[in-house]
Amino acid sequence: MVVRTRVNGEWREAEVWPGSSLLSLLRDGFGLYGAKNACEQGECGSCSVWLDGALVCSCLVLAGQAQEREVRTVEGLRDGTQLHNVQQAFVDAGAVQCGFCTPGFVVAVADLLEKDRNPSSVTIREALSGNLCRCTGYQKIVDAVNLAATRLQART
Amino acid sequence: MDVLLPRSLDEALAMKAQRPEAMPIAGGTDLMVEVNFGRLRPPAFIDVSRVPELSVVQQENGHIFLGAGVTYAAVVVGLTVCRPLVQASRSVGSPQIRNRGTVGGNLGTGSPAGDALPVLAAYDADVVLRSQARGERSMPCGTRNAMVIAVAGLCLQVDEDSRRVKIALGSVGPTIIRAREAEDQVSEAMESAGVWQDRTKRPDDAVIEEFAGRVAAAARPLDDVRGTAAYRRHACQVLARRALSWALDERALPSWL
Ligand SMILES: Cc1cc2nc3c(=O)[nH]c(=O)nc-3n(C[C@H](O)[C@H](O)[C@H](O)COP(=O)(O)OP(=O)(O)OC[C@H]3O[C@@H](n4cnc5c(N)ncnc54)[C@H](O)[C@@H]3O)c2cc1C
Ligand code: FES
Ligand code: FES
Repeated sequence: MVVRTRVNGEWREAEVWPGSSLLSLLRDGFGLYGAKNACEQGECGSCSVWLDGALVCSCLVLAGQAQEREVRTVEGLRDGTQLHNVQQAFVDAGAVQCGFCTPGFVVAVADLLEKDRNPSSVTIREALSGNLCRCTGYQKIVDAVNLAATRLQART
Repeated sequence: MDVLLPRSLDEALAMKAQRPEAMPIAGGTDLMVEVNFGRLRPPAFIDVSRVPELSVVQQENGHIFLGAGVTYAAVVVGLTVCRPLVQASRSVGSPQIRNRGTVGGNLGTGSPAGDALPVLAAYDADVVLRSQARGERSMPCGTRNAMVIAVAGLCLQVDEDSRRVKIALGSVGPTIIRAREAEDQVSEAMESAGVWQDRTKRPDDAVIEEFAGRVAAAARPLDDVRGTAAYRRHACQVLARRALSWALDERALPSWL
């Protein structure tokens, strides 16, 4: 089937097997490799994207369910050559090791900060409970969230 | 395989009547795992996630109508009148899962571990079914006949209005037991630490530990085939510690999460 979706502001379409997930539409159909395929069962969050503004695991969305809908991916966060605040904070806080989980975390953190600019540590842990990292032990990731939040507040 | 995309309930029912083998898919959080792992290949899916009639939440003379397509995230934000369902919904998966997973999907899967199901059963909810051929009918969301007899059960309430923690124990005495000494101890400790005034504060771990010990001391368990008295008392202590920690974590969260 042909699926037509607005991805990061641009209408795109691709032919997919009807049982494909939104994750494979993004990767194999549109060549957007930011969202990662790790577990395909909703456990790890490395495939996180926004579907009509809601944070979801793209591996659990049927590609057809994204027909005529709005998808935002990690690729849409950067502004030209300028990294998004959350991406920069991950770099600066050293929150990236192998990097496989990073796009999913960046999307989940950006989602969190859009809702709560000054999240408590309990809020951070709960908001990121759907994202797994096998390398960092999470503390650096939490540090990155705090850094991004501090910079966000300083800006306005 | 086909994917059908109805825009209204009538259209969805017409599609289902025409293709009875087509499978509804809502959040996909149960079904897509099966598809991804090659265990499920239905001839067609009907995407009910954009059927507006299914995402309705309505209150009418003491009854709550909850559309099958209402997500857990929507329950958390929109159904504050039904605290038990909010709590059950918050405990589901992760934010990503709660943004997609629906109460109807939980019923559709019907796993005994479905977190929304005990709440629906406790509220004596009716499940409203609709098809083109048979119209609308309703059936009780009965409890299944899988008898699970608890070795210990515990219900903890953090009452913000009266500034009291209340705790009741089941299966560990001849009656339900309120652990009043533990209630006094922890409620007062939370008062003096300023926890009631500030939801982000927690009492010291030592306070929680003492509370758990007092709860266990209040139990009056017996030995029987399902567990020893010592095990049941220990279970009360662990449950009390966890229940209070979880409740304190939860009251510190912002209301949207
Ligand atoms: C990582 C992860 C964590 C999870 N954690 C929990 C948890 O903590 N607690 C818990 O209870 N569950 C959990 N689940 C399971 C799942 O999220 C829930 O069961 C959820 O409620 C399913 O809803 P859905 O809309 O995604 O269902 P879907 O997968 O879309 O559908 C499930 C079933 O319901 C049927 N169905 C759906 N909507 C309708 C309808 N309107 N009419 C008729 N049939 C319908 C479908 O045909 C299918 O048989 C988890 C799943 C994942 C992947
Ligand atoms: S790949 Fe989607 S959650 Fe792991
Ligand atoms: S950095 Fe390797 S999995 Fe997170």
